[in-house]
Amino acid sequence: MKLITAIIKPFKLDEVKSALRAAGVEGMTVSEVRGFGRQGGHTETYRGAEYQIDFVPKVKLEIVTDDDRVEALVDLLTDAARSGKIGDGKVWVTAVESLIRIRTGESGPDAV
Amino acid sequence: MDHALSGNVAWVLVSAALVLFMTPGLAFFYGGMDRTRNVLNMLMMNFYCVLVIPVLWVVVGYSLSQVPFDNDLLGNLDAWMLRGVGIDDGGISLATIAYLGMFAAITPALISGAVADRMKFSAWAIFVPVWSLLVYVPVFKWVFGGWLGQRGSLDFAGGTAIHVNAGIAALAAVLVLGKRKGWPQEGHPPHSMPLVMIGTGILWFGWFGFNAGSALAANGLAAQAFMNTFLAAAAGGLAWVVVEWQRDGHPTNLGAASGIVAGLVAITPAAGYVAGASPIYIGLIAGVVCCYTVRLKTRFGFDDALDVVGVHFVGGLVGSLLVGFFADPGFFGSTFREGLLLGGGLGLLLEQALANGVAIIWSFALTYAIMRVLKATIGVRVDAEAEATGLDLALHGETAYHSGGLH
Repeated sequence: MKLITAIIKPFKLDEVKSALRAAGVEGMTVSEVRGFGRQGGHTETYRGAEYQIDFVPKVKLEIVTDDDRVEALVDLLTDAARSGKIGDGKVWVTAVESLIRIRTGESGPDAV
Repeated sequence: MDHALSGNVAWVLVSAALVLFMTPGLAFFYGGMDRTRNVLNMLMMNFYCVLVIPVLWVVVGYSLSQVPFDNDLLGNLDAWMLRGVGIDDGGISLATIAYLGMFAAITPALISGAVADRMKFSAWAIFVPVWSLLVYVPVFKWVFGGWLGQRGSLDFAGGTAIHVNAGIAALAAVLVLGKRKGWPQEGHPPHSMPLVMIGTGILWFGWFGFNAGSALAANGLAAQAFMNTFLAAAAGGLAWVVVEWQRDGHPTNLGAASGIVAGLVAITPAAGYVAGASPIYIGLIAGVVCCYTVRLKTRFGFDDALDVVGVHFVGGLVGSLLVGFFADPGFFGSTFREGLLLGGGLGLLLEQALANGVAIIWSFALTYAIMRVLKATIGVRVDAEAEATGLDLALHGETAYHSGGLH
């Protein structure tokens, strides 16, 4: 089992969610985060004073999936999340050591 | 009851309620500009004023500042706890005393915006009533019925007595309090511009009571004061937005809000003395001037957190001096002095300068002294850790926003 983590632009969430659902993904977790990469922040001006806002709002997506589906889902996610402009984000994959469905107690791949 | 009287009492009562509403309005205006971790402290500093001042006002404040009306320097205690004030006059006295009490409450509240993010609440709690008695009451007396007013200077609703007064007091207070840690390099943007705009709307709404209510009658004077207030606020907001759009690149909500307030502050002393296009000029001038003077704090190195000096002191002074140019007794069928541009010469302008000069010196000196005494006794500043983590939790044990489901 693998954990796919993606940092994407907030306005891309609907598109990514739809694409993943269409591909059969039944669960995901999203959180609102802030961050910066090469995009950098922006400047706001209040009463003539400039404030550099370094962190940009992003959405973090987490999906646990079977090993054999990882590549397809990563491709799908990347395509849906891409705008072509700086700040599109990143996707990475890590191994999941154990997984349990809380309601039933199922574990391992049955819990995906 | 006589119809005119009942109309007057009705209008004064409504105006009193409008001015009361301005203190919460100010609280949100400042609170939205402040940090998430300190917004409740800002609200509390403001609300505290309408808790302690009403009592102080009826116990001694009103008597010392207005009884008798024409004492030169200070009133007496004949009307302490409103002794002798009944309702045989149809309620106009009582309504007026309540009305004036609202002014007494909001004036110290203005100072809260300057001392934001670092003042001990215990120090603020003592500062407010002490300042009110030692600074607000005397200045109010001198301007309204006392020696400054008797000399012919004009202040319709408190440009000198309230805005210049509190504005320069804010400067004295921050000089004693010191700069916030990291100022001016580290800054923070307003945490909630929607709150600022709500506050601005409430202030403008309430200001109709502040200015038009100062006619103390439902009459033509009140109507003109209302119109002046309406125009100066709009002109002030417009001026600030245009300047910053051109200078900084964007028209901002904060600019509109600040310009509106600058215009309102400037028309406060003038509301019952000018007419025609004058309120528009006053608003435009105040908007432009204040848009530039808010930067002086960085140049001179005083941390006036939310620009009380740049908007209230400067705006009030500009408006008060402009009375010396635009005062139009002919329009009002009155005998006050004529402004320079209406052929009255420099006389009025000089009286305006004197009245403001006196208020500035008294307010600055006494406020500085009060703060120094507080600093030497209980201390005025929170400790470094409280300043860093936030006053809401440290001083009030409260958090403004418990977001999401993680209460």
